[in-house]
Amino acid sequence: MNPKLTRRRFIKGVIASSAAAASTSLWYSAIGADRPAGAVERLLSLNVNGQTRRVDVAPQETLAHTLRYKLGLTGTKLGCNRGECGACTVLADDVNIYACSTLTHEVSNKAVMTVEGLRAADGTLHPVQAAFVQELSPACGFCTSGQVMSAVALLKSNPRPTREEARQAMSGNLCRCGAYDHYLNGVMRASGQLS
Amino acid sequence: MTYMHIGKDFTPPDVEAKVTGAARYAEDFKKDGMVFARLLTSPIPAGRVVSIDASAALAMPGVLGIFTADDLPEAKPPANPALAKEWVTYIGQPILAVAAESDFLAEEALSKIVVEYQRRPFVVDPLDTLVEGGPDPYPMGNTLIRNSGEAAAGTTASGTDVGRIKWSIDQVTAFRNGREPVGAQFGSEWEFGDLAAQFAACTTIIEEPFVTIGQPHHSLESRTGMAYWENGKCYFHGSLQSHTVGHAALAGMLEMDPANLVFINENTGGGFGSKIFPYPIMAVTGRFSRALNRPVQLRITRDEEFYIGSARSGMQGWIKIGLKDDGRVGAVDVAIINDAGSGGGGSGSSSAEHITIMFQPEAMRFRGLSLYTNTTPRGAQRGPGQNEMAAVLAPMMDKAANQAGLDRVAFRRTNAPRMDGKIGERQGGLSSSYMPEAIDKAAQMFNWEQKIAQPKQISATKVRGIGVGQGFHTAGANGYDGLIRIAPDGTIYLHTGVGNLGTYSYAGVVRASAEALQCNWDNCVVVHGNSELNLPHSTYQGGSNTIFTETRSSHVAAMDIIAKMKEIAVAEFGGAVEDYSIGGERVFLTSDNAKGMSFGEAAQKAIEMGGKYSGMEFPEDINATTKRSVQAMAGTGLIGVAKDLLPRSGAVPGMAIAFIEIELDTETGKFDILDYSAVAECGTVVHPQGLSQAMNGGGVWGFGMAQSERHVYDPQNGLPANVGLYQSKPPTYLDVPVNMNTAGMDMPDPQSPVGAKGIGEPAQGCAVAALMSAFSDALDGHLFNRTPVTADMIVNHIAQNGHNTGNLKTNTF
Repeated sequence: MNPKLTRRRFIKGVIASSAAAASTSLWYSAIGADRPAGAVERLLSLNVNGQTRRVDVAPQETLAHTLRYKLGLTGTKLGCNRGECGACTVLADDVNIYACSTLTHEVSNKAVMTVEGLRAADGTLHPVQAAFVQELSPACGFCTSGQVMSAVALLKSNPRPTREEARQAMSGNLCRCGAYDHYLNGVMRASGQLS
Repeated sequence: MTYMHIGKDFTPPDVEAKVTGAARYAEDFKKDGMVFARLLTSPIPAGRVVSIDASAALAMPGVLGIFTADDLPEAKPPANPALAKEWVTYIGQPILAVAAESDFLAEEALSKIVVEYQRRPFVVDPLDTLVEGGPDPYPMGNTLIRNSGEAAAGTTASGTDVGRIKWSIDQVTAFRNGREPVGAQFGSEWEFGDLAAQFAACTTIIEEPFVTIGQPHHSLESRTGMAYWENGKCYFHGSLQSHTVGHAALAGMLEMDPANLVFINENTGGGFGSKIFPYPIMAVTGRFSRALNRPVQLRITRDEEFYIGSARSGMQGWIKIGLKDDGRVGAVDVAIINDAGSGGGGSGSSSAEHITIMFQPEAMRFRGLSLYTNTTPRGAQRGPGQNEMAAVLAPMMDKAANQAGLDRVAFRRTNAPRMDGKIGERQGGLSSSYMPEAIDKAAQMFNWEQKIAQPKQISATKVRGIGVGQGFHTAGANGYDGLIRIAPDGTIYLHTGVGNLGTYSYAGVVRASAEALQCNWDNCVVVHGNSELNLPHSTYQGGSNTIFTETRSSHVAAMDIIAKMKEIAVAEFGGAVEDYSIGGERVFLTSDNAKGMSFGEAAQKAIEMGGKYSGMEFPEDINATTKRSVQAMAGTGLIGVAKDLLPRSGAVPGMAIAFIEIELDTETGKFDILDYSAVAECGTVVHPQGLSQAMNGGGVWGFGMAQSERHVYDPQNGLPANVGLYQSKPPTYLDVPVNMNTAGMDMPDPQSPVGAKGIGEPAQGCAVAALMSAFSDALDGHLFNRTPVTADMIVNHIAQNGHNTGNLKTNTF
């Protein structure tokens, strides 16, 4: 299990963002003029995928919303929008978090990594991505971005996990297709333990 | 047979996009001027809409309009309406949609709309409406009546009506207590063989009640859609399991010419039966966009996906099974009440069909009744009918075998369908069956003999359970079209109207074309997912039927294009078509390889020759969708197009057998799966990794059905208690074994050009059956006779608190 992602830390984050998580609204505005009363947006500089992105963010805005609808990073999926499925998993300072349950303002001083940021500059797939392709890990693919990010976080903290450790670490990511065995094969391959 | 492509792993073209986040689903698309629609859903389980006051909402700046049932053709019950008015039949049913310039505004507007409802009585358990004097879910009754009438306008429902069937208190009481409801009225019934005589010849007879509770599909991608109208066309980004087979139906829902509908759906985030065909809410997305003349994204939340995303039908039933001295199943009598929710049909006959093929009884009777309740609408869910029957039947068959002194596996092998096996009420034949061999193979993988010889008691609080179960679903159809285009540069475009539901079958099936063409896969492009890309009429993706059905149509298209290439070569080099061969992406004179041309050169010649070669002409018997696609590509290359007219007879059975070993904690009711081994009888294996994924994924679905997934309703208020994923409890990584062992028989079905049959649904059926069998084995043969079996039920049983099927309660804790 990723030692940086403690239960206490995760719960703290969820509580902090509960106001946002309680709302199912995405505030996805075509004209940018409509927002909840008091929701004055503030210009933030976010470090996303190694780049500084300047974006107007409302106080209650979730990271998933900012990524998907303001920065166009739709690889981060919303399966439940309330911290149940893990499809929106991204990294903040190498720790996997649910972007649907994290306020964007919370990560303004952190390095955010999404699935779009994993490829090398020359286009080479990240070892987790390559392993997932080789093991045919995705099924429908809707949860895959989150699975990739949780696997990347795991291998950063535990480069050679046992299959049981991998199972525990990935357990916050639901796969409705049930492709768990193939995802675990992918994790083991990415860690060099499956040839 | 040695194949070039079939049976080999390959990387489907969409996998990389899935791991990089580049794969786009319906909600990922934007369009300039796009507005946002949200649903207002019913807070009551039954009633009617008296009035809607949206004036305050419509007065809000940025709110563009509302869309109600009055804007749609009337959908007469029991057709599932996109928006309800006169017949509100479940909590969460969509009443109206509101559109605004932002998603937030749309949600704000919803809170300002006042809807006045008139309540009606409601019911959440089918037996509560079945009994005399019980409330009806619809004002006009409680049961589905099939008729030959036309489907309701704007819907895809078949001709149905709502009728009323009631049983006496005595009949319902008998049924609740696990006895035959003598003299009761059913909605459908069939029988074969001499039931009385066969039961008389049986020496082992068991009689059991059973309950299976419905469960939501909970596809991870909800059914959010986006539509816009431009230059006379409607562009629709949706989420369906199938592609072209739903195209005309969607056009019908939007009352438009299919030729003007562009349906875009490259990726689908799960469907599991709930997205086989267009679903009602798609009518709102498309029509609201047309009414507003703006691109509309109608976003469906997780809660709403629970409400409108379909669910499995539940069963309440009674069964009597007779075994003869030789271990053969002599007779089966089964009665099933199906919970059809607020709409949809039950799967009782399919449940009974599972028994007919898996145990080949000499005589059998089925009686079924599909009853509505004020719960979410039901529809096909992975092996509808067959898999829930597999679940409850496995431990019953164990009981019968044990009573008869038979080994549970040997008993199943004795009764398993062979090549001359029969199926269903008409006792029709099968296209192939290697089920006895599959049982042997799986038993060997699992080490059955060794496993059952182990001690039951593992420790003071842990007991071992060994289970075996079978799954089945019909897995094939015919009559669809194949379409291939070879461009002058030699690229081979394999067009398919198969949807991309996550099984990679859309790519797997066209491997049959590549196989026939003996071409390099790297030179092939799989064209799919967008009707503007000129796709053929392909089968629906459901019922495990894609691989069998579409390898046939892919094959016939390849045969057509090969025949045309040979004719082109004859025109160039002389001789007869029989004198020519293909290989190395060339067509050449068999006796003189130098006389030939590349596929690309043949394509160039086809353009010059025109007619059928370049798609200027095409067969009359192909579907209108295919015709449009051929016409659009005419003159751009060599076209191979044909309808599958290959011989076919009997049912195509996809089957699977699973073995499982569990360690059950008698203090907590929790268990761990120590071993899971399953074998698919799916004909030739087309894509080994894909088979593994289907079997493993189906296994996970089976574990969920056995241990956790179910509808729970508050019978006092009609409120659903487990709307979210966390509450509905589909399995996580921690609910499944660390390793799963699966294999395929790899024995060809003679009616598929490559020998393939589907397996998606039996993969779940065998797993849930095996786990239910293991529960019973671990608890000294105790039968829960229900799914799911939750930890509290196990603990209560061990504590002798008597939690059992009892009075057949469903949809409650």
